[in-house]
Amino acid sequence: MGRETPKQQQQVSYTVEQLVAVNPYNPDIVPELENYVNEQVSSQTYSLDANLCLLRLYQFEPERMSTQIVARILVKALMAMPAPDFSLCLFLIPERVQMEEQFKTLIVLSHYLETGRFHQFWDEAAKSRHIVDAVPGFEQAIQTYAIHVLSLSYQKIPRPVLAEAINVEGLSLDKFLEHQAAGSGWILEKGHVRGQLIVLPRNEFNHPELKKSATDTVPLEHITRIFPILG
Amino acid sequence: MAANYDYEEAPGTYDDANRQDLGYDPNFVPDSVKSFVVHLYRHIREKNVYEIHQMYEISFQTLSDRLFKDTPWPSVDAVAHYVDNDQVFCLLYREMWFRHLYARLSPTLKQRIDSWDNYCSLFQVVLHRVVNMQLPNQWLWDMVDEFVYQFQSFCQYRAKMKNKTEQEIALLRQFDQAWNVYGVLNYLQAFVEKSNIIQILEQEKEGGEQFTATDGYDYSGGSNVLKVLGYFSMVGLLRVHCLLGDYQTGLKCLLPIDISQQGVYTSVIGSHIATIYHYGFANLMMRRYVEAIREFNKILLYIYKTKQYHQKSPQYEQILKKNEQMYALLAICLSLCPQAKLVDETVNSQLREKYGEKMARMQRYDDEAFAIYDELFSYACPKFITPSAPSFEEPLVNYNQDAYRLQLKLFLYEVKQQQLLSGVRTFLKVYSTISLGKLANYMEVDESTLRSILFTYKHKTHAVDSDGKIISNADLDFYIDDDMIHVVESKPVKRYGDYFLRQIVKLEGVITDMDRIKLE
Repeated sequence: MGRETPKQQQQVSYTVEQLVAVNPYNPDIVPELENYVNEQVSSQTYSLDANLCLLRLYQFEPERMSTQIVARILVKALMAMPAPDFSLCLFLIPERVQMEEQFKTLIVLSHYLETGRFHQFWDEAAKSRHIVDAVPGFEQAIQTYAIHVLSLSYQKIPRPVLAEAINVEGLSLDKFLEHQAAGSGWILEKGHVRGQLIVLPRNEFNHPELKKSATDTVPLEHITRIFPILG
Repeated sequence: MAANYDYEEAPGTYDDANRQDLGYDPNFVPDSVKSFVVHLYRHIREKNVYEIHQMYEISFQTLSDRLFKDTPWPSVDAVAHYVDNDQVFCLLYREMWFRHLYARLSPTLKQRIDSWDNYCSLFQVVLHRVVNMQLPNQWLWDMVDEFVYQFQSFCQYRAKMKNKTEQEIALLRQFDQAWNVYGVLNYLQAFVEKSNIIQILEQEKEGGEQFTATDGYDYSGGSNVLKVLGYFSMVGLLRVHCLLGDYQTGLKCLLPIDISQQGVYTSVIGSHIATIYHYGFANLMMRRYVEAIREFNKILLYIYKTKQYHQKSPQYEQILKKNEQMYALLAICLSLCPQAKLVDETVNSQLREKYGEKMARMQRYDDEAFAIYDELFSYACPKFITPSAPSFEEPLVNYNQDAYRLQLKLFLYEVKQQQLLSGVRTFLKVYSTISLGKLANYMEVDESTLRSILFTYKHKTHAVDSDGKIISNADLDFYIDDDMIHVVESKPVKRYGDYFLRQIVKLEGVITDMDRIKLE
């Protein structure tokens, strides 16, 4: 049972992705797509295209919509930030459904994340455990997003700011920092006034001098256009 | 094909209208029409694409203006015997017949249903039989374009249940398959698949196939109809998905077409504009503002340079309308994502003229600003639809605005989230370094709120592109070191690589053309 499941899972997801690519406008695939959502939740995988396909089919036949499935899709989309998946899903969900309590909460959570209000986000998430606990990996995914935003903004970040953003403090935070220092190149410094400073890895967003003139590199594909001429 | 939200309905069915004598007899065939169908039929049989195009584009228009200003063309039954009762020609004639009806008059429900039936028959023929015709790209584009337009029109009509007569409700119940969203999407998808167009375009890149080079026409004795319909259906799918609010999938459908190059989609101006308009709009809704700005800029420049050549064409009004709408969308994009160097001088001066004042007001992000965003969005957006079947339960309501209201609401929501960014930009422009504490003071917020604003700025100006990569579109950027903000202004980079590539390809094209002349 244990060893077979991953292989079976692989087969099932291969088929669903194929369905979505080849025969997406087909009301009969709704049950498969719904199962696939549940599978994404339990195996911590994600497929935006399959979920959009399902939301579209719900749009075509609203009586078949399962709000539980839709809620799960939205949580998964939230976990995909900074990608705009959450709003892409909202575009397909009727307004009256979005007015339901659980969806209003999810929209509020998304709003906090979109506007960098991490403290308010974690507060609200704590109050809505029933929604977010249903999807494994939620906390880590949001922490990854928070670190992403911090890495865009900070070269050196004070410990309290980091702690608030990822909702980790004390000994857990120490362990977390050790782990990042070992694996992701974070450097821990002593700040001159206010305690620990964390030096985040250099990238082109927090170190503008690293910005390659990426705008003038030409992709290989475009060069292939002139191969017949040159050759 | 002007598209308004409200359509007036003609009374009853069109059979009643005939008897009521609307001033025309559907069975009367003027000589000029007889001549028209006879010649068109012959040209189609003989595959004289140029003549077909002239007749389709010019003669049909001239006759419509002269004889059928506000009446339909003669019925297909009346002209059939002039063209050997050829089934395919009759389907094509009826397609033009309905298109004319939609453009000049208001279709009744029965006529809408009949038009759907005609499309089904026509499409079945193309999909399942070997069709030995070459039709002009203009006509093939118009078929797909009109098909999607009539679908959109039907959804709008059907969503207004409040004043429907009992007769109309009975018809709607009876013909629930007509303009069904599954049907529409599956026909477009079927064209894409059956024509094998995606593989053809791929093989063409490797030099294996000829498609773009011949503008889609088949010079080896075959037919261009299925292939070109398959090609244009990709644009049709983009359009339908935009109407549904599914921008990601819409863009995916368009992916096989490389819009950085000329292609069959540029061979017909209507198709070129429709493609870029929807591409740009989808990118706008996905927050890929730079991409949208780039494409709108290109097409607006193109229209500016070439619209004089289309003054006499029946599409002229539509071209102008889309032009205006895209300026509005460009104004929105630039207000949300200021980019000094992406817009051509000509386009920029037009933009300032039309929306200069409004753009200044939009960037203030007060209540008035939101009203302007609302106004421009509502003016320029596609006519969103509710694809599901109506509820026939009392009380009957009108829900034709629901889809539009949702998209507008979500768009304004996004605009609102960017509200505080305008303020921080003003300060970043002035300082090269400033402490968080000081800036918080100036902006009259606490440090925690300021941090949130700065995070929002970073998040909103660093979009995720189609490959999942992060791209910065901030013309003004910063980084924070402990509690100091360091402002960085990005330098504009000239794109030499692309420019040289384009010139190389262009020169090669000129040389090839010259060689071709020598051989003839």
